[in-house]
Amino acid sequence: MSDMARLIEPLIPALRRYARALTGNAAAADDLVQDCLERTISRWHQRRDDGDTRAWMFTILHNLAVNRMRQTVRRGRHIELEDIDESTISEPAHQEDGLRETDIMAAVNRLPEDQRSVLLLISVEELSYADAARVLDVPIGTVMSRLARARERLRRLMQDDTAAATATPARPHLRSVQ
Amino acid sequence: MRPILEDDLNAYVDGALDDARRAEVQAHLETHADSAARVAAYIRQRAALRAALAPVAAEPIPPELSLRHLLEARRPDRRVPWRMAAAAVVLLALGGAGGWSLRGPAPGQMMQHGIAGLAQEAAYTYDVYGADQAHPVEFKAEDKAQLVDWISSRLQRSIAVPDLTAAGYRFMGGRLVATPFGPAGLLMYDNGQGVRLGMLVRPMTIDKSARMAEHSNGAVNGYAWADQGLGYSLVGSTSPDILHPLANEMRRQIQQSI
Repeated sequence: MSDMARLIEPLIPALRRYARALTGNAAAADDLVQDCLERTISRWHQRRDDGDTRAWMFTILHNLAVNRMRQTVRRGRHIELEDIDESTISEPAHQEDGLRETDIMAAVNRLPEDQRSVLLLISVEELSYADAARVLDVPIGTVMSRLARARERLRRLMQDDTAAATATPARPHLRSVQ
Repeated sequence: MRPILEDDLNAYVDGALDDARRAEVQAHLETHADSAARVAAYIRQRAALRAALAPVAAEPIPPELSLRHLLEARRPDRRVPWRMAAAAVVLLALGGAGGWSLRGPAPGQMMQHGIAGLAQEAAYTYDVYGADQAHPVEFKAEDKAQLVDWISSRLQRSIAVPDLTAAGYRFMGGRLVATPFGPAGLLMYDNGQGVRLGMLVRPMTIDKSARMAEHSNGAVNGYAWADQGLGYSLVGSTSPDILHPLANEMRRQIQQSI
């Protein structure tokens, strides 16, 4: 048990961060992390002994989060699940990217879930491309193409925000997840 | 030089390129202003995202996520409330009435025969007992002789218990389990780090002798084979690379002992 605790405990802050960023909601995120920890404890013996506990726990957490988000969408409480085609986004205005912290999280929340998760796992959690592919259960090529799309789309969203902010101040981008 | 791909630009942003390729990407960016502007934006984006989320990881962990609390909450509760006992009686009665309609494999799930069936049974059995914290085995390793007598008498074949200590796996013990083809013996091993393996053995009606074959149902991997009418499947939630040599070693020891 102490062996298990020693491997799991240091990962909890990162798991909370990923869940929070993915769901955009602190309470829902901690519920997911709690579920993830319970599953990890009960399936500890099923862990691949050659594998990395971190990637394995992120896999469990990611699957729980995606299931939870899909349930929320089915119940109709999730207002926005946009997946606008890249081409429908207007040409970027040539201005400095506005990268204030609240802005970037609002923009990340506007990415489709599959792009958001890739971006967070790689940019923030620093998973290797191979580990991210394992967590998401997709080929590495898919990870790479989602990452490229996520970054480009985020860049354009940020540019649009900057452009919009100068025209109409304080345009809210809050995404409802409750 | 290989042409610069979008993947290279992203790997550059993530610091995931080796030195040689990084230099090539850098040279490319010096002559391609559009790519350079995009990459610069991605790098700023990555830094902003990390900065925005850093405070979450720095927060103290709330008590409901304390590992100690979660482990304490898992202690098995041995009380059986009367309601649950009563429900069990009702379910048994319903089972008696409805049982016939439930015979045979579920729709869309053919009952497997031969080695494939054995592999499936081994995976199911491992799912149940491999995960059990309270009573994974009925006879512990110290009662090995009794276990071997019991299984051998029910299978009407003498069975051997391979020794995997040299590979780091300790024999935990075992039990008799039910399969669609009659009783089978389950032997369990663990490596002291929470990784358990199960070996299922039973007499075969077909595939009395079969070469070793790999099987997997996603979470559980295994190797199954048959020799002199007895079928074996070694299963575990571990990689085939680890299981394969263990299965070979088991087969070798069994061939020597019988």
